[in-house]
Amino acid sequence: MAILSKDEAQAILKKVLSFATADECEATLTGETGGNVRSARNSISTSGAVDNVSLGVEARFGKRSGVATCNEFDDATLRRCVQRAEEIARLAPESPEYMPFLGAQQYVAAPKSYAASTAGITPDYRAQQVGASMKICDEKKLSSAAFLNDGASFIAKRNSKGLEAYQQLTNLEFSITVRTPDGTGSGYATADYNDSGKFDAAALTRVAADKAAMSRNAKALEPGKYTVILEPAALVANTDASLLQALMSAMDARSADEGRSFLSKKGGGNKKGEKLFDERVTIYSDPTNPEIASLSFSGDGRPQKKTTWIEKGVVKNLYSSRFWAQKAGIPDLPRPDGWVMEGGTQSVQDMIKGTAKGILVTRLWYIRPVDPQTLLYTGLTRDGTFYIENGRIKHPVKNFRFNESPIIMLNNLEAIGKPVRVGGNLVPPLKIRDFTFTSLSDAV
Amino acid sequence: MKRREFVGLTGLATGALFLPAIPGLSATPVDPLRLLETVDPAIKKRLADAALNAAKAAGATYADVRIGRYLNQSIFTREKQVQNIASGESYGAGIRVIANGTWGFASTNTVTEAGMAKAAQLAVQIAKANAKVQKDQVKLAPQNGYGEVSWKTPIEKNSFEVPVKEKVELLLAANAKALDNGASFVNSSLFQINEQKYFASTDGSYIDQDIHRIWPTFSATAIDRSTGKFRTREALSAPMGLGYEYLTPKAADRINGPAGTGLVGYRNSYDILEDAALAAKQAKEKLTAKSVTPGKYDLVLDPNHLGLTIHESIGHATELDRVLGYEANYAGTSFATLEWKAKNAPYGSKLVNIVADKTQPGSLGAVGYDDEGVKTGQWDIIKEGKLVDYQKTRDQAHIVGQDHSDGCCYAQSWQDVQFQRMANISLKPGTSQMSVDDMVKGVDKGIYIAGRGSFSIDQQRYNFQFGGTVFYAIEKGKIAGMLEDVAYQANTQEFWNSCNAICDQSDYRLFGSFFDGKGQPSQVSAVSHGSSTTRFNGVNVINTARKV
Repeated sequence: MAILSKDEAQAILKKVLSFATADECEATLTGETGGNVRSARNSISTSGAVDNVSLGVEARFGKRSGVATCNEFDDATLRRCVQRAEEIARLAPESPEYMPFLGAQQYVAAPKSYAASTAGITPDYRAQQVGASMKICDEKKLSSAAFLNDGASFIAKRNSKGLEAYQQLTNLEFSITVRTPDGTGSGYATADYNDSGKFDAAALTRVAADKAAMSRNAKALEPGKYTVILEPAALVANTDASLLQALMSAMDARSADEGRSFLSKKGGGNKKGEKLFDERVTIYSDPTNPEIASLSFSGDGRPQKKTTWIEKGVVKNLYSSRFWAQKAGIPDLPRPDGWVMEGGTQSVQDMIKGTAKGILVTRLWYIRPVDPQTLLYTGLTRDGTFYIENGRIKHPVKNFRFNESPIIMLNNLEAIGKPVRVGGNLVPPLKIRDFTFTSLSDAV
Repeated sequence: MKRREFVGLTGLATGALFLPAIPGLSATPVDPLRLLETVDPAIKKRLADAALNAAKAAGATYADVRIGRYLNQSIFTREKQVQNIASGESYGAGIRVIANGTWGFASTNTVTEAGMAKAAQLAVQIAKANAKVQKDQVKLAPQNGYGEVSWKTPIEKNSFEVPVKEKVELLLAANAKALDNGASFVNSSLFQINEQKYFASTDGSYIDQDIHRIWPTFSATAIDRSTGKFRTREALSAPMGLGYEYLTPKAADRINGPAGTGLVGYRNSYDILEDAALAAKQAKEKLTAKSVTPGKYDLVLDPNHLGLTIHESIGHATELDRVLGYEANYAGTSFATLEWKAKNAPYGSKLVNIVADKTQPGSLGAVGYDDEGVKTGQWDIIKEGKLVDYQKTRDQAHIVGQDHSDGCCYAQSWQDVQFQRMANISLKPGTSQMSVDDMVKGVDKGIYIAGRGSFSIDQQRYNFQFGGTVFYAIEKGKIAGMLEDVAYQANTQEFWNSCNAICDQSDYRLFGSFFDGKGQPSQVSAVSHGSSTTRFNGVNVINTARKV
């Protein structure tokens, strides 16, 4: 019963609310089904299946709240779940940051967040896709490690104030690292989709294989400041922290107002409205974007609407909790699910052609914060780093460690390419001058 | 204890639907009373047999079952208020099989004989689908069954039995100490975990384990509104494989840092009030600390800092699955390949002796048996600077010519497949008497670093950069004031070869990590690293200050 229809889900939620005696009650039903295959050394290493449905009930008496959950759906279990939430609520302390549940909301229609093709994936399909990928590497005498993960899910909410929400989603993600048998070359490719009909493991494998072959016997360059072309997978990753996600994660109003964010102002307040980035930088979220279809409501039921976070380099909006929004008198914008960074029309290849001297970066790795005051991060290049001269890739280079801030980076913008989907976002390749590499890495 | 009594004693009981996701704590909110329940091993044996029999009937040549009840409670406070208390439970079973020479895995939260059998059949179906494109057949190191056995973390006080009110009061008291001593903000939290794990396999093992972990921590922030500058000082506690007794300070467990720092290290018990007061003072001090001049320094590293360096540059580098390429798409491989090991090149100086230990009392990684039914033990990884062994699971032992696993298999929950995870990896203390003050006396130009900070290492474990929580200049054998903007960069082998002094056993402490990530889908595991304060000569230090 992992994926319930809207009517099936809301029928359960209505029944749950009918058992409630609390001042306020909200119920959330979630379910997922899917599977994954992991491979290494051109052989499958692990695989698994996921299948679950769960109900969460939050009951409130005044400013006291209690939560209980269950994953069986007969009347007796549902009634016990509500009673338990109410019992816990009666014992709980009053929350100083209490906000009443939201009433009925208007949600935008999020197109194409669910694809039957993805929901219908079988173990045989996964094995075939990963098998096709491994076959290419066998033929080219390369070694691959890959991960295919897919699933369908739904979330349904209902509360005593009249809020009602439901949405189905599907997702498939694939990533692959291909290495040369002598250990001197490595390449990477990744993609994610709502609709698995767009997925071709073999095509992505060929990209990673070509990069692996090209990256053999890299030469060392001195660390320092370089012009870099950062591919989209180097800017946002679904396997690790990333520079642009770090920036988006720091767009929180409360930490800025409290003085512990790069967005905090000397003497108090925040930097909303200030131009902090190159004027070509515009980042917005939009749940109706068909290329990155995502949830049209947040965890607490707030509508996800088209919201501009940075416009022409100016900080336009910060997200916040409902409590902080009310306290600070600001719009109560939820943190977005996915976002779009506007770009141009150039491909990575076009950007290489327009570069006299620079470094092409496929992927960044082990990115960790060094200083929250300046949003300084460190990390390394990985799986395909190349020196560009006179518009062409001249030779592979050894990997670098960087120490850089996305704030500085987005002020040193040379060019923006065409956005592509990475990790549920639309991200363009970026050409950045004076990107700071501080040491060399021998890692391949 | 009856339910009413317990709930009454807890005083507080609430959950959070919208608490930010915390890796390793993904469980559904429950009444705190449920955290004291257990499941009869006889029932678990009957359920496990249902899965094993179904797997064999479907064609599995090997099967194991993990019935897991994962319990946690997290308490979050800031300043004078409780932000959240979340009590969570996750109960279900994971079934792993080998069919047609290939692994298959499925999990279920329908923990009935029928549910277990269905999941076992799905696991076999997945294995058979994958076998069609499989090249190498799984080869397991032999493992005799242990019959019906059990193991429990040797705790003195189950933290789930302590009333929530008492725990909240302790955290709020720590916050008050920080605020009274100049902190502008303070966030504190207490993580408690209980893994009730039952393992059964077609080898004939039925293993019941009860594992406990605890982690009290906080972050004190000082702000200078006039300059807009803010600095934090994190707690110097370590997550431990202990019960609530960890939060009852004992004088014998206090270890003073170098003279001139005021720092205190903690061994098997922790004084959160003392640490919070000092943290606030040090956070304020950091606002005006001198920015470091980049260059080569001798580094004196406190165990609460060095643990992370050991973890990244030795612990992960010597996991055999990384060495072989199983993590190549995610966390990477390792420079310490079988070929590199065969060359017998030094990993570190002769002072460097690293031991792997799955039995160390108080450590996060201590268990009686791993998640594929192997009894745990202790073994050498580096002896007098030379790499002598790796960390292995049953399906890897044959690759290095061994006939047994090291017991390094672990899954973060019943719904995740088990795979190789790090044992406790620790640096043995020096054999000659040496205190941290003795060590500082021998440094002409150096930096003393305590606490974890920023950390990053490349995908083959060569190049790393580490920060810390607090930094003190050492000049002519004495502590000479606080520094900031410090990070050191090194190559793993150069760094460990520059190790030239290790304090003795009296300074030895455990560092720990609750949330070590690895694998796809990514899983977390908890692991400890022991060491005494250690010195490394001539390490490259950079200045991390920037203007934006």
